[in-house]
Amino acid sequence: MAASLPMRATVPAAGSGVKQHASWSPYDDNGGTVVAVAGDDYCVVAASTRMSTGYSILTRNKSKILTFNPKCLIASAGMQADMETLHKVLHSRHVTYQFNHRRPMGCQAMAQLLSNTLYHKRFFPYYTFNLCAGLDEQGRGAVYTYDAIGSYERVGYGCQGSGKELIQPVLDNQLKAASPLVLPAQQWLSSLPLEQAVDLVKGAFVSAGERDIYTGDDVEILILTKDGIRTDKLELKRD
Amino acid sequence: MMKLRVPLLDGPSTSAAADPCGLQSLGVGGALVDSFPLPPVQDLDSFEREVVEYVKPNHGTTTLGFIFQGGVIIAVDSRASQGSYISSQTVKKVIEINPYLLGTMAGGAADCQFWERNLGRQCRLYELSNGKRITVRGASKLLANTMFSYRGMGLSMGTMVAGWDEAGPGLYYVDSDGQRTKGQLFSVGSGSLYAYGVLDEGFKWDLSVEEAIELGQRSIYHATFRDAASGGTVSVYHVTQEGWTKVRGEDVGELHFKYYPQPERHPCNSVDPLAA
Repeated sequence: MAASLPMRATVPAAGSGVKQHASWSPYDDNGGTVVAVAGDDYCVVAASTRMSTGYSILTRNKSKILTFNPKCLIASAGMQADMETLHKVLHSRHVTYQFNHRRPMGCQAMAQLLSNTLYHKRFFPYYTFNLCAGLDEQGRGAVYTYDAIGSYERVGYGCQGSGKELIQPVLDNQLKAASPLVLPAQQWLSSLPLEQAVDLVKGAFVSAGERDIYTGDDVEILILTKDGIRTDKLELKRD
Repeated sequence: MMKLRVPLLDGPSTSAAADPCGLQSLGVGGALVDSFPLPPVQDLDSFEREVVEYVKPNHGTTTLGFIFQGGVIIAVDSRASQGSYISSQTVKKVIEINPYLLGTMAGGAADCQFWERNLGRQCRLYELSNGKRITVRGASKLLANTMFSYRGMGLSMGTMVAGWDEAGPGLYYVDSDGQRTKGQLFSVGSGSLYAYGVLDEGFKWDLSVEEAIELGQRSIYHATFRDAASGGTVSVYHVTQEGWTKVRGEDVGELHFKYYPQPERHPCNSVDPLAA
């Protein structure tokens, strides 16, 4: 794991002991927005592909989605280096799991694994904001949202990253259903037809692209159904 | 790389279960819990303070619990905020450790979720090696020991462990400073002051079950009304000899109309009393 690689945070000084640059920080925000919407028999996941630092655009084509299998993937915003490391760790854990269990990991198991992996670095967190999405055992859409240190919750739809303050209220307005906590229990999964859900996600990204400097260029869209994964692309403005 | 080693305070139950499923060799089981990598910095305290600014963990809560004639009542809200952003209105703040034990969640959501799940694992291991259920006293002590071993590391957790064992109903307060207190009535979280106001006013040992449930719900509702960091839905649990049951789950928006059928007449709306 990356944590056991030699780190360069502390630099040996010429004279006495170890010295550290006063203003050094291990973190950088590379921006980006990820969205996922779960339906009765599908899950739509979308992520912007711009990667920036400060006011500079580093690349217009950086995928933020890691697909494990046709029923489970994760999408991450935040710092690219931590995202890459996290994806590498989870990918290797998924490979090991398949050797041991002779089947791909389900969405629920991956959701718990991601939580544990994030909490494992509780005192030196991955600066990533994740969504775990896919189809559950019954074939229904599943979305799990996280904070950076691993608290998680299953939701009907979710949004993370630099555009979350812009997009989440739109999704709430269009999709909000009864809370899963109310008694007697009520239906809390969105029941939008697939095409409408895709249009909603696209519309949300177009709007966010207008007001968030870290959301732009392209949007990578993955549509998970029982028949497999279909991909779609939305081109946003490149300014 | 510095590593934290903590199992020194764990009971024999942990060591007795030395990797029964071969999970540890895969880095799945206890190994994950036993060592957390630390950042290679000299001033850990200020690093952790800086990290909180970056990652903004979920915070903000009202929870309460009390013992009365008919068992234990636990009531909670469901809001989580990251700074001024409401990150969720549907958080499950009662963690169902096993059919007889509940834990509540206040403070850092990840800290509570992770360590109370870990507590559930420890309690199950205790059952397996002793052939009987763990007491509320024992369970809360396991959690308090874990918290004490991480004292000063910046964990944030204020929890109540409630349940029923051979000694009857039990209620303990455990927090991330390592404090552990047995009690009859607690409220924890940013909205606890408001909840205490209603709770202390209405609490009697002889409350009927229905009255007690209503008191718990009303206390949380009034806390969500005054505390901006609390809200969402109010959930109420009742613990008896047969274990816990969830008895209420109601949206705060609906409760407002239940308690104030004419919200515009609420004193908060500062109607001029002298106006005709």
